[in-house]
Amino acid sequence: MAHEHKLAIFRGTLKFKSNVSKIWGVFFILSIVTIIEVALGIIRPDFLVDHRFLALKLLNWIFILLTLFKAYYITWDFMHMRDETNGLRRAVIWTTLFLISYLVVLLLIEGDYIYEVYKIGFIKFNF
Amino acid sequence: MEATVVKTGTEGKTWGGGNQPLKASYGKMMMWFFIVSDALTFSGFLASYGFSRFKFVDAWPIADEVFTHFPFLHGVDAPMYYVAFMTFILIFSSVTMVLAVDAGHKMQQKKVIFYLFLTIIGGAIFVGSQAWEWNTFIKGDYGAIETKGGQIVQFLDKEGERVALRDFAAAATGERTEQTKENGIWFKNEAEYYPSVSFEQVKAGFLANDNLLVRLQHKDEHGQHIILSREESIAKVVNDGHMVVEGANLHHNEYGHPLFADFFFFITGFHGFHVLTGVLINCIIFFNVILGTYERRGSYEMVEKVGLYWHFVDLVWVFVFTFFYLV
Repeated sequence: MAHEHKLAIFRGTLKFKSNVSKIWGVFFILSIVTIIEVALGIIRPDFLVDHRFLALKLLNWIFILLTLFKAYYITWDFMHMRDETNGLRRAVIWTTLFLISYLVVLLLIEGDYIYEVYKIGFIKFNF
Repeated sequence: MEATVVKTGTEGKTWGGGNQPLKASYGKMMMWFFIVSDALTFSGFLASYGFSRFKFVDAWPIADEVFTHFPFLHGVDAPMYYVAFMTFILIFSSVTMVLAVDAGHKMQQKKVIFYLFLTIIGGAIFVGSQAWEWNTFIKGDYGAIETKGGQIVQFLDKEGERVALRDFAAAATGERTEQTKENGIWFKNEAEYYPSVSFEQVKAGFLANDNLLVRLQHKDEHGQHIILSREESIAKVVNDGHMVVEGANLHHNEYGHPLFADFFFFITGFHGFHVLTGVLINCIIFFNVILGTYERRGSYEMVEKVGLYWHFVDLVWVFVFTFFYLV
């Protein structure tokens, strides 16, 4: 499989000379993001914990966005999604993204509803 | 016998066959198929974890308080450091894998061997770390009391520091006798695990020690555990206390809700199993590379396909890390 690698990341703003240097560059980016995540996880700034957006703490939104960011670079550069055809890429990404977000949203809404039932109703802790 | 005419008149045309619209080989396509279905399996697990967590959102343990250990550093409060280390190990082994794939494209056998070797070592360190993490989690730390309603009650001193059961439980009185079938008509097996102290000892030690308070599994609106006053604490332990819990298993969990332990074992276990099989497959590929199989075949695509699986394992860990340890 000696097809060409696309060597530019960040929408073309960062270009690497070779595939190997691109790999190390992506590793560097992933490491920095992981360090930020761990630091935020240990510090847990009050502002981000106390404020919410769409029922989730701001801190958790940051974690989710950083995770998707990491997932993007792992899939695009380590799994070579960047070099695949549009058809293959969309078949994989759109399918999983749609099904997973659908499932997660439904289950979280349901879980929150049951929490309210526990809290307001007269139901034992472990029904 | 005359052969059947197989010509369809569409040779060389779009629907004549032999087209590869996705420009990927069969093996690679099937690996992507597998990865998509496996991703859905994992997201099913993580989504059900989220469901249960939202269900008990004000009584769910925070990973920061649970995973505070680091090997060889006893008694040091090190939240998350070890998991962060494991994450780096896995990302780094992903990097060596993609370097091996890259060397394979250039048909550099020696380099593929070297990078695959590093990948296998990284995977082995990760699986070992996970085993250590499980062991620490199962053994537990401070111990706790479970109430009749299944809630976890943990002990603190007046400064708010956690206190271990073994530090205040009263000395045992008399020998522990084991219930056997001969002693009763209605025989029920004893619990599978024996805590190091009995509930009576903990109760006696707690009542004798005025410095101790308890905190509940539930949290106030700031996400802090609710700490009871001394009088309320005594009432809680005496009236509701039921059994001693040390560490975690599938039924009891000293850190909080038992579902947390169940999901921890199931999700990290399933992921660890993926890592283990990944290491095994990497080993097979590694020996094939040494034997020169792919050199003779003229293509290292097999390394790329196995690499896809290995990166997927890393990808799943990124999500497990976020939703189990960070969020």
